[in-house]
Amino acid sequence: MKVLMFGWEFPPHITGGLGTACFGLTKGLLHQGVQVIFVVPKAYGDENQQAVRLLSASEVPVDIRDTLYKDHWEDISYIEVGSNLIPYNTPEQFYDIINYTRETGKSEYDSIFSKYYQFSGKYGQNLMEEVQRYALVASTIALQNTFDVIHAHDWLTYPAGIAAKKISGKPLIIHVHATEFDRSGENINQNVYDIERLGMEKADLIIAVSNLTRNIIIERYGIDPDKVHVVHNAVEPTTRPGYTYEEKYVKEKIVTFLGRVTFQKGPDYFVEAAYKVLQKDKNVRFVMAGSGDMLNRMIRRVAELRISKNFHFTGFLDAENVDRMFAMSDVYVMPSVSEPFGISPLEAMRSNVPVVISKQSGVSEVLKYALKIDFWDIDAMADAIYGLLHYDALSKMFIHHGKAEVDNMKWDAAAGMVKDVYLKAIQN
Amino acid sequence: MRSICFYFQVHQPFRLRTYRFFDIGKDHNYFDEFQNRYIARRVADKCYLPTNQVMLDLIKEYGSGFKISYSISGTALDQFELYTPDVIESFRRLAETGCVEFLAETYTHSLSALKSKEEFTTQVEAQRNKIESLFGIRPRTFRNTELIYSDHIGEMVADMGFETMLTEGAKHVLGWKSPNYMYRNAINPKLKLLLKNFQLSDDIAFRFSQRSWESWPLTTEKFVDWLNNIDQNQEVVNLFMDYETFGEHQWSETGIFDFLRALPGRVFSHSNYSFNTPSELTDRMQPVAAIHVPHPISWADEERDLTAWLGNDLQDEAFDSIYAIEHKVKSTQNFDLIKEWRYLQTSDHFYYMCTKWFSDGDVHKYFNPYGSPYEAFINYMNVLSDFTIRLDNFYETNNIQSEPEQVNNIPVKEVQKVTKKETITKVAPKKVKEVAIKVTSLNPVLKVEDTELKRKLKLINNKSLAIALVGVNKEINAKVLGNLSKSIQKDINEFDLSKIDKKEVDEARKALLKVLKGK
Repeated sequence: MKVLMFGWEFPPHITGGLGTACFGLTKGLLHQGVQVIFVVPKAYGDENQQAVRLLSASEVPVDIRDTLYKDHWEDISYIEVGSNLIPYNTPEQFYDIINYTRETGKSEYDSIFSKYYQFSGKYGQNLMEEVQRYALVASTIALQNTFDVIHAHDWLTYPAGIAAKKISGKPLIIHVHATEFDRSGENINQNVYDIERLGMEKADLIIAVSNLTRNIIIERYGIDPDKVHVVHNAVEPTTRPGYTYEEKYVKEKIVTFLGRVTFQKGPDYFVEAAYKVLQKDKNVRFVMAGSGDMLNRMIRRVAELRISKNFHFTGFLDAENVDRMFAMSDVYVMPSVSEPFGISPLEAMRSNVPVVISKQSGVSEVLKYALKIDFWDIDAMADAIYGLLHYDALSKMFIHHGKAEVDNMKWDAAAGMVKDVYLKAIQN
Repeated sequence: MRSICFYFQVHQPFRLRTYRFFDIGKDHNYFDEFQNRYIARRVADKCYLPTNQVMLDLIKEYGSGFKISYSISGTALDQFELYTPDVIESFRRLAETGCVEFLAETYTHSLSALKSKEEFTTQVEAQRNKIESLFGIRPRTFRNTELIYSDHIGEMVADMGFETMLTEGAKHVLGWKSPNYMYRNAINPKLKLLLKNFQLSDDIAFRFSQRSWESWPLTTEKFVDWLNNIDQNQEVVNLFMDYETFGEHQWSETGIFDFLRALPGRVFSHSNYSFNTPSELTDRMQPVAAIHVPHPISWADEERDLTAWLGNDLQDEAFDSIYAIEHKVKSTQNFDLIKEWRYLQTSDHFYYMCTKWFSDGDVHKYFNPYGSPYEAFINYMNVLSDFTIRLDNFYETNNIQSEPEQVNNIPVKEVQKVTKKETITKVAPKKVKEVAIKVTSLNPVLKVEDTELKRKLKLINNKSLAIALVGVNKEINAKVLGNLSKSIQKDINEFDLSKIDKKEVDEARKALLKVLKGK
């Protein structure tokens, strides 16, 4: 079986959970004997004139220490498409970034507090145009390759999936990692919603990352429930060596928030809970790692609460520093307001960090050894944090069983379920 | 004869390097050595050295007719010593002419006047000493960081023995009054005030090269005409500005040096002004009135207030945090800790956190090494976190207790007396350690039968008993003394116990309890 997959960046060039999930899933599929043509948008500005290029294995920025991956090289083709598409951007942010690039002539954007983006300025100036242009390129790719099924991750690539389906007549599966309601709350962008719904309608089958997301797809987008399958994400056993024994240089315990500092992730609840904990115990340091449109507001709030001495901001962290951060942490908190899945608590648990997660996250459907709270309940959140910090029995149990729990969540198993969905789509 | 009083501000902060969260507790280098060295060298070559040469030439040409004054922050002097000793040498040559006055300010260009009188006084004294040791002249006129002034600050400055202070001729303070007179402090009339003529000062400092300005290009002819337009009765025009105006803010290409070179000649030939230093004006002039400044003013921005440094949550949090540890830092008597703490007080750090980007944003941006005020704040607080950890570690490794704790059975009053004395006389940390010793309690004595106690007390020598009783509460004291003969009581009261320390008390008590336990 061969799948044409419209995916996102691979580690170490990674901006969030979507890339990690694509990477893990691809590996799992290869293990299941599925061949993959992996298409990613890439905008480094130094591409040659042809918009699409097929890469040889040596050119792909994947950790080559990964032996499993190496074994399956013959089963994967990797295609890069010159494009400005970046996951997680709203049309407005996209416009801002493009304008910034054009006005300043700088090809990087806000280098300290966000991911280092590079733009060539060659591509579409408007996100919607760019999505359509990408779909055009996708149809060319579909014409030039043979495959049995198409798999598209998140709305930016849905039009590409639809175009590929039109050209090839092969079944389309879309993988919903997040919906517009997760990203924007109730103030959705109508254009984005329309694309999402079109993708869901045109798809033969839909994979949702959690029951939470499945319900949104059914209720908010009016999709036939039979079409929507849940495949929970998994987590890769860590391959990067090193920071497991990172020496901690501060004696206080560390409580960490790690993720984009945006509405969806609930950073404001974390700040309020931190304030509550600090009233009781000054020997804790809170860290907000990540960047996003709410970062400045969070910094102001922390200053206003006069807790900056115990509350730190790191800005965007790359993969290595994320590992380092986990190694230093005593408690990990994911207070997401709406989280289709949320892979980061699994990464924390893998690093022996007990976690507090919001009930409004997909990952809470599969985790037993995590303290679950409502994102808005800052008292409960403060309580959970305080408990994990002070009652050793609790944190020991969570660390021990949590690690075992996460180690059992393998991408191989998830990929097996995805493969079943492929088979079902082909049979239809 | 009317006066022009030139004062130039020379200041460089110790800029912080990018200090990440991961550095906290691990890396204690806060300052960006490379950037500080680079900027000091650049500004020295573009501004300090060439401008000093122009000044020296002018003084040579006009003799004692041309006079100027400088305020040089301690942090700038420290950097010159580290990176550009030729600048010190060049100021020294100016000092030798006798036509230059050096003003006093806070050592680290800090805002300490707003927070701590003790720190303010110490810093001013340190900067005065530094100037005196380098240039052989002891400053007798004061100017505060960014010309920040209020009635209260003026009063403190007067208390420190200064006769004159420089500040901004802020419109909202002066109202209809002219800045071109000498004024006096509203609380202490002895303190004279010289106010900046911001119109004419800023014509040079900010507008000189601004092509959209109707008076561009500014020539000495125009400028002296404006000086002449000032009412003949007005006595002094104070031209206060950053020294970096020459060559750094206004590049050499704008003609700023030519303007400077030609100005004194034009003034002498076409006006009745002379050049004077603030000290000369102090000796010669009398204040015409008091000005009332209940809320601090400064020379910054359109508002001439403190909002460039303080007022938003970021700034207030950082500012409060740095001064919250004042006492703790000073008590260490550790040279490095105190020095770095002072460098962290430099006003520039708070200036970088300013969020009012609208009216004066451009000026702020120009001097700001950070991408945003938020980055500046995070960086500063990270550094401060590490500094606080070092401070705590210092107390831990030297076994000093940061907060005085009540020692067993010794009345609180006495303990306070001891600790208070320590902070005043600043005894070496070792002594403090002794206070922290827990003195054994004599409470078990209360449980001993009187007859038995009487018998056993006879086994102890009087001096040891007296020592053991130092600092006990009334109850124990009465119980013990009640079981002693009158002669022994008298004996005990006559020992000189003033030099007894806690350790001896503790030992004596242990001995006493041991005897009581024995048969």
